[in-house]
Amino acid sequence: MKPILCVRGLTKEFGGVVANNAIDLELVAGEIHAIIGPNGAGKTTLMAQLTGEVDPTAGTIEFDGRDIRKLSMHQRAALGIARCYQITSVFMDFPSLDNVIVSVMATQPGYRRWWKPAISDPTLAKPAALLLERVGLGGRERTVAADLSHGERRQLELAMALATDPRLLLLDEPMAGMGPTETKGLIQLIGELRENRSVLLIEHDMEAVFALAQRISVLVNGTVIASGTPAAIAADRRVQEAYLAADETRQHA
Amino acid sequence: MPRLRIVIIAAVLCAFAAVPIIASAFTQPHYLTVFGRVLIFAIGAVSLNLVLGHGGLVSFGHAAFMGIGAYAVGILNAYGIDDGWVQWPLGITAAGVAGLAIGSISVRLSGIYFIMITLAFAQLLYFLASGLTAFGGDDGMTLSSRSMFSSLIDLNNQVVIYYTIFAVLLLFLALQHRLVNSRLGLVIAGIRSNEVRMQALGYPTYRYKLIAFVISAMMCSVSGLLLANLTDFVTAQYLTWGRSGELLIMVLLGGMASTFGPVVGATALLLFEEVASAYTDHWQLFLGPLLLLVVIYAQDGIWGWLLAYEKRRPR
Repeated sequence: MKPILCVRGLTKEFGGVVANNAIDLELVAGEIHAIIGPNGAGKTTLMAQLTGEVDPTAGTIEFDGRDIRKLSMHQRAALGIARCYQITSVFMDFPSLDNVIVSVMATQPGYRRWWKPAISDPTLAKPAALLLERVGLGGRERTVAADLSHGERRQLELAMALATDPRLLLLDEPMAGMGPTETKGLIQLIGELRENRSVLLIEHDMEAVFALAQRISVLVNGTVIASGTPAAIAADRRVQEAYLAADETRQHA
Repeated sequence: MPRLRIVIIAAVLCAFAAVPIIASAFTQPHYLTVFGRVLIFAIGAVSLNLVLGHGGLVSFGHAAFMGIGAYAVGILNAYGIDDGWVQWPLGITAAGVAGLAIGSISVRLSGIYFIMITLAFAQLLYFLASGLTAFGGDDGMTLSSRSMFSSLIDLNNQVVIYYTIFAVLLLFLALQHRLVNSRLGLVIAGIRSNEVRMQALGYPTYRYKLIAFVISAMMCSVSGLLLANLTDFVTAQYLTWGRSGELLIMVLLGGMASTFGPVVGATALLLFEEVASAYTDHWQLFLGPLLLLVVIYAQDGIWGWLLAYEKRRPR
């Protein structure tokens, strides 16, 4: 199957520090691909290079057979790449519903209707309300994002990412800071999302990773040391050693 | 919209509408000039607030756009062109072009850099105007005639020019209310709230900020067109950075979270000046502490403070 995302030799240096070192990555449509690795392995940097927030030092990024390395953030988003941030990024002073309305509006291109009322428009508000319902925020439409709990804000950001109906969804530690019940609901939701799109998932919660991913890549010190099915990764001794060793060094440091 | 807000807005606008009647009843024709000036600055402040309050872009150079409007009337008048149908569209277009040029560089920057670069461009235009000695420079130039609108509107009549200014303000308030609630308005508010998120959603934020800046510049130039007509005078002093600062103060004082706040701010500042300057030349000495009080205790401005009552009440 033709990959939707194809990354070759992606490298990012910050000063002398190599955050990503010649990363190769392929994502097949309809697949959840998890990236695991210890803190500081370069996972978030990788994601930022895919969305266009960080300029690569070297390497290529192809999305749907098209080189997107030179495209800006909003151009990549318009092609169908959506991201949920490790630190939730929503419109804090907007009510939940308005957050999603802005996101739904992003999929309706052109300036023809710029003059039309936005918040009161049912063609925006209805799909937005459905999305809030879907991520489990039904009944919280009027609550300002700043007043939502940490977990609810994560759910809101997911609804916003889904509102653009992306073909590639980048999730950066969606389970972080979520309670056990919320995590369970989120695992189910992300599992359902796979049907129409690919998901690149960064996650520390191994239970979630093994429940969801069809492929796992292990990133250590900016390098992919192994990539394969969950079963193969679980059995890979190199992975266990490198992953655990790096974790221990961090703890001893 | 909640009721209290409508009542206050209606009361303020009725008071403005009644000024010519009161002026003639008390035979105080200069009231028309004083309040006409208040309304003109209200128009300028409302225009500035589109980028400042709604867009989160602190422009320290909006006097330039006011000045462009005034000079469109002044320069064309010096060449014997008094037709308002020529002067006004030309002035607004010139401000749009200047807004596009200044904005295309400025809106790439944010925070203090945006403030400084808008200030720099405004200073550039100020020195250009003060160097135009053929048109009065710093000393100014008296107009030989006000803008002529066929025989439709006679701006030479003080009452007519007052109501013309008032009508422009009403039109701008209605336009901005609609704009803020439109799709474009929501995009602009989104950029103010979280620009990176807007880009991640696929919005070309630079383009939208530039659009808002140009609209604001064009609206602001209308206040200059009116000012030149009301005072029969243009001068480079219209473009000083102090003038840009006054517009900012008006918006802050009134409250930048709403469309109507700047009207309250412009009225409060200019009436305070009018009253206090009658007692002392050092009236600004008293303005400082007043501003401090507003910034510390009423961060949403006078308008926000008035509406605090409404917020406390359960809806």
